[in-house]
Amino acid sequence: MAEPMTFAQTVRDIVRRHGGLSTRLLQILREVQDHLTWLPSEALEQVAEELGLSPDKVRGVAKFYSFLYTDPRGSYDILFSDNITDRMLGNRELLHYLCERFGIGIGETRADGVVSVGTTSCTGMCDQGPAALVNGYTLTRLDRARLDRIVELVNGRIPLEQWPREFFEVTSNIRRADILLGRHFADGAAVRAVLRRGPEAMLDELVKSGLRGQGGAGYKSAAKWMACRNAPGEVKYVVCNADEGEPGTFKDRVLMQDFADLVFEGMTLCGRVIGARQGFVYLRGEYRYLLKALRETLQRRRETGLLGEAILGDPSFNFDIDIHLGAGAYVCGEESALIESLEGKHGVPRIRPPFPTTHGYLNRPTVVNNVETFAAAAKIAVEGGEWFASRGTAESKGTKLLSLSGDCERPGIYEYPFGVTVQRVLEDCGARDAQGIQMAGPAGHTVSAKQFGRRICFEDLATGGSFMVFDRSRDILDGIRNFTQFFVHESCGFCTPCRVGTSLMRDLVTKVHTGHGTRQDLEEMRKLGRIMQVACHCGLGQTAPNPVLDSLDEFPEAYERRLRSTAYEPAFDLNAALEEARQLTGRRDPGAYLNERDLLLGAMP
Amino acid sequence: MIEPRLKVATCSLAGCFGCHMSLLDLDERLFDLAERVELDRSPLTDIKELGECDIGLIEGGVCNAENVHVLMEFRARCKTLIAIGACALNGGIPAMRNQFALKDCLEESYLRGVGLVDPQIPNDPEIPLLLAQVHPVHEVVKIDYFLPGCPPSADTIWTFVNQLLSGQPVALSYTQIHYD
Ligand SMILES: Cc1cc2nc3c(=O)[nH]c(=O)nc-3n(C[C@H](O)[C@H](O)[C@H](O)COP(=O)(O)O)c2cc1C
Ligand code: SF4
Ligand code: SF4
Ligand code: FES
Repeated sequence: MAEPMTFAQTVRDIVRRHGGLSTRLLQILREVQDHLTWLPSEALEQVAEELGLSPDKVRGVAKFYSFLYTDPRGSYDILFSDNITDRMLGNRELLHYLCERFGIGIGETRADGVVSVGTTSCTGMCDQGPAALVNGYTLTRLDRARLDRIVELVNGRIPLEQWPREFFEVTSNIRRADILLGRHFADGAAVRAVLRRGPEAMLDELVKSGLRGQGGAGYKSAAKWMACRNAPGEVKYVVCNADEGEPGTFKDRVLMQDFADLVFEGMTLCGRVIGARQGFVYLRGEYRYLLKALRETLQRRRETGLLGEAILGDPSFNFDIDIHLGAGAYVCGEESALIESLEGKHGVPRIRPPFPTTHGYLNRPTVVNNVETFAAAAKIAVEGGEWFASRGTAESKGTKLLSLSGDCERPGIYEYPFGVTVQRVLEDCGARDAQGIQMAGPAGHTVSAKQFGRRICFEDLATGGSFMVFDRSRDILDGIRNFTQFFVHESCGFCTPCRVGTSLMRDLVTKVHTGHGTRQDLEEMRKLGRIMQVACHCGLGQTAPNPVLDSLDEFPEAYERRLRSTAYEPAFDLNAALEEARQLTGRRDPGAYLNERDLLLGAMP
Repeated sequence: MIEPRLKVATCSLAGCFGCHMSLLDLDERLFDLAERVELDRSPLTDIKELGECDIGLIEGGVCNAENVHVLMEFRARCKTLIAIGACALNGGIPAMRNQFALKDCLEESYLRGVGLVDPQIPNDPEIPLLLAQVHPVHEVVKIDYFLPGCPPSADTIWTFVNQLLSGQPVALSYTQIHYD
């Protein structure tokens, strides 16, 4: 721990650097934590005082985000990505191994305060897992040999900067490129095009292109931009949603790593069209490793006149971009929760309408688009709407980036025109023995082999980009159970149907998965799922039951072969639940067992 | 013609008897009830053996081996089984111990407590053995109806029991089952 004086000074410096703005609260807390490894009460109170906020408000924000700690953590904090695709790659075994090497349990901090090990939701490295984060920085391709090295590095207190670079190597694995990834793009081309054409003609091109939001919901981008352009108000904002929290998705990561200029350019031209001077990228905390390079790219763009004041010499064209880092909350991908988080608050979805296009960041008109949407908009500015619309289907123009992971020979990024069949994708990625896929992440669709002829587009199978393959050696229910746990972890807790419903659903699936379920429980899952779909406040809760409801229809045998034939079964092993008390009391009398069978088994050596 | 009275049994597992007190709070309505139902095993009678019943009311969660036996017996003998009160539905107050290991709970009470003479963890076979955690009743048997509240008010119980006895669909007003 730092000296009290320097500690106070550190906090003060950080707050100053952020201009004493309460909208920067999350960013400030992240930085304070970087210095102290966690957020002790005194630090939170001081931040509150410096910002003129109540300590409870600051504490509330600190407690909301998974990556902010209000309890001590190790100086090296290691979090294993725990998506089902990490599990397929054997992450649980590695997790236990590392904990054993450090002599701690999962989620614990070693007594000397040097190291803690836990789990986190998908970190977007599904094509190069098993993955983990160390102090927020991505580790890929873990295996025992790497963990052995990491144990030495941690125990030797070697600073992260001196760890082998290849531990942190993130590759792009672009396996198939089409119009977005394939064609060369000259920096500034899109910004020049919008300057030349003018905002209205640019909007016309966007209408012609038919571009729809690539974040999943598929709202027409031209309509969104137009609504924001026409919304009353002088001050408007552009927000790029790079939260990419959908497990199994990593295409936005690749765009931000290899095509950042394209994305920034899309944002800049959006700013020109709607009349905004400020843009934000909301980058998920898991992609922290990209931050430095992205800031450098922004700086380079400022220096070359593509960003900042008087862009390309036009004094009426002013636009700049700032990057906010998230802190481990999937719900912050929902646009209104994202805006709350950008404002420095905890990320609870707002009541909509009003929509962000009229009441967004600081209640000003705001366009929120996905990373891929901005990249496509930049291409459209250069090549024209018709060019883009010549690809795809009637209702889904252009192309889609798919993130392939799971049981296939060539995981990575595949760009296809909309309308491609699932079967074709499976063939291309070398998934020979697929029994099913999880499309569009846990909130999407569980698709069995009999539906592999379906097409990927908004008319049929819509997706934000996640495509996880399960081959015949897998148990689908392992995946489904993992997804229900994901939603329990990620529910923001604001509304009861989701906060309670996600836990009940996880418990029911666990009950069946562990062989305690009966037909009654399957009925209960369907009932609960229907309630959640209609009663939850935001998309997270409304879609959380999807994998269960889908798989009940698509993979009934995965459930049925585990059912007990009785009408009802306890949700847990009753006899095992008495064992602890038997040991504590030393009792082995008949009353210490529930029935004779348990008694007989218990008496056996 | 006098209709045969329905048989009702009640029990308190890991609960505080508050739900039973609420039942007694029916006051003079108890006379109406008594005309329509006959109490079988219940803390209110002194019947030791549970008979075949139409309705069973369960107060309290499941904290020990005896609770498990009683609950399973109720399920086996009662056509309709009803969980009453927060403890039966969620574990309630007794389930607050679930945050601690059973070992810590017992040691805190029987080994480290203030003013203990000859501290030891009780191990008499007469004492029901504790489960590692306290469970809501529906985790052990199938429950047909859940009546929330701590305790549900006498009015709520009355409305519910009347609807059930008359074979109507059960429909309680917002204020009878919400406490916000
Ligand atoms: C729980 C939840 C999580 C979401 N996560 C993301 C995300 O990570 N990235 C994203 O672009 N959109 C996400 N969305 C959708 C956004 O709310 C919003 O529709 C999208 O950013 C709009 O951009 P688009 O029109 O370009 O797709 C999420 C929605 C919900 C309900
Ligand atoms: S549905 Fe879930 S995530 Fe959405 S507001 Fe409710 S609790 Fe929060
Ligand atoms: S629900 Fe309340 S009144 Fe009923 S047994 Fe539990 S604590 Fe007592
Ligand atoms: S990061 Fe491992 S599966 Fe997504």
